[in-house]
Amino acid sequence: MTDTVSQPTPESTSGGPDGDFETLAALARVQVDTPSSHVMHFGEDEPIEMDCGASLSPWQIAYQTYGTLAPDRKNAILICHALTGDQHACNVHPVTEKPGWWRLFVGPGKAIDTDRYFVICANVLGGCMGTTGPASVNPATGKPYGVDFPLVTIRDMVRSQAMLLDKLGIDDLLCVVGGSMGGMQVLEWAALYPERVFSAMPIAAATRHSAQNIAFHEVGRQAVMADPGWASGRYLERGTRPRKGLAVARMAAHVTYLSEGALHQKFGRKLQSRAAPTFSFDADFQIESYLRYQGSTFVERFDANSYLYVTRAMDYFDLAAEYDGKLARAFRGTPTRFCVMSFTSDWLFPTKDSRAIVRALNAAAASVSFVEIESDKGHDAFLLDEPDMFSAAKGFIDAAARDRGVA
Amino acid sequence: MNALPPDDFDTRKASLAAAGARPDHLMLAEMVEPGARVLDVGCGDGSLMALLRDLRDCDARGVELDRENVNKCLAKGLAVVQGDADTDLFDYPDDGFDYVILSQTIQATLRPRAVLEQMLRIGKCGIVSFHNFGYWRVRFELLLRGRMPITEQLPFSWYDTPNIHHCTMRDFVALCHEVGAVMERAVALDAGDRPVRLPLPWWVWNMIGRQGVFLLRRGEGQGGEG
Repeated sequence: MTDTVSQPTPESTSGGPDGDFETLAALARVQVDTPSSHVMHFGEDEPIEMDCGASLSPWQIAYQTYGTLAPDRKNAILICHALTGDQHACNVHPVTEKPGWWRLFVGPGKAIDTDRYFVICANVLGGCMGTTGPASVNPATGKPYGVDFPLVTIRDMVRSQAMLLDKLGIDDLLCVVGGSMGGMQVLEWAALYPERVFSAMPIAAATRHSAQNIAFHEVGRQAVMADPGWASGRYLERGTRPRKGLAVARMAAHVTYLSEGALHQKFGRKLQSRAAPTFSFDADFQIESYLRYQGSTFVERFDANSYLYVTRAMDYFDLAAEYDGKLARAFRGTPTRFCVMSFTSDWLFPTKDSRAIVRALNAAAASVSFVEIESDKGHDAFLLDEPDMFSAAKGFIDAAARDRGVA
Repeated sequence: MNALPPDDFDTRKASLAAAGARPDHLMLAEMVEPGARVLDVGCGDGSLMALLRDLRDCDARGVELDRENVNKCLAKGLAVVQGDADTDLFDYPDDGFDYVILSQTIQATLRPRAVLEQMLRIGKCGIVSFHNFGYWRVRFELLLRGRMPITEQLPFSWYDTPNIHHCTMRDFVALCHEVGAVMERAVALDAGDRPVRLPLPWWVWNMIGRQGVFLLRRGEGQGGEG
């Protein structure tokens, strides 16, 4: 969920050039309705039926593809992105101009080899990079939806992706893969459309959001809503923005993506461009400076209301609850083969959450593999250079392709 | 369970043996009914699971501690859970498998008795193989050199070995009695990993068997649902 792998140097916080940020924000605003990627439009007569009871139409879903779809259509892999990710998994981002968030994992010759496989990645429902969300214009009013947008669930996101695949003429997927919230979507895919999923790889995920994780999300949402710029969710019409609030939300969340060890190794108690503390509330420590930078860049590319909606979708996720409280029922008789992965230093989605997935899959007699990757990078490890993750994933996906007869 | 025509089985076996399948693995695979659901605890690089799949059409799953080995299993298209026999078998449902296999694993567990009991709970049958510490060469080392034996099969020093609970075949038989397991078959493998076919008393097997292989079944009124 960190923006990039090569994180910016901490000193870039002080007095960030507001002009550049405003340009970024304008670029991001354009992406909401006219993204720099493929878009599939669904008309008035093609609504998406959502868990909250709303029937949303017209709507659109923005997506990227990499590689070539085989004539027999057996080589399609769907990537599901995390909370603040988007469809630009391995191309230069149209707003930030940074490389794609999963370029180490997906691409020519990578673990998910785009020379062999056809990879699809779509922006989630409720997002702000071209799939309909709270920043999109509500055709009924001609104004942005804002908080009038219906509450989105992980299952709604998965339904929207399935509707996209229907239109693309892709009946089933060689693999569905994603980390964190992407992993939640992977699990939901396998539960909702087992016959469309040959293999599934949920990474650093869980079948439900824990109380601790909901708590962190709530802190973030409250920070956004406490910012006067939020204007009860109508900031786009008012021309204000909850920049401070969203930045604080991002700062708090960012800490949860790292590990104590990683923070210590990277920053320790090092001071930021100064020899001694200033006896003030300036960003004396490098870690403060780094977090402030993370917060300030994030607010320029991400819509605050989208942040509220997508965090809420994660909070609501409880796969067992969708199946009478019995997780194993979600997977009963599943033909899908699973490879579950976790990281040793991830305390946001710890290994025990992944083991609970494995236990449920075993109880459902599903074909399940599980790998715990040694890493000190915390939850963010799934985005980073983790050769053990790459080799495990490559082995699993290539074997699935072989067994499915992918050329 | 659909049995293969015998000639097909023999053909497959011959070709797998020619491809380098271990004789003790072939021996284990023959103990398993075709088409069975099998859990291989301590499955290593997955070669036994692959053999069970290719020779017996089994639905084989593995548990393995070492991540390198887990990756090797994944690359073979096998389902393997990175985990520990001592702690993770509790997570498996009763009667989840037709067979649970401990192929040279039991001596590396912290609590062999508990692992054996879990095995009989999870599987309708259990297969256990281990290096027999009663083998004459092991006895010879201890008797003449007065040192813990280091052999080709057990190449570790006593202070640096994953094998913390060695036993002899007779020790294992005693444990089976203690946990109420029924011994369906017991085979001693000689130095060439071939079964000793001669009808000999236990104490002789316990001398000449380098490896012991046991097919077990849960006793009456013990564990599981039935």
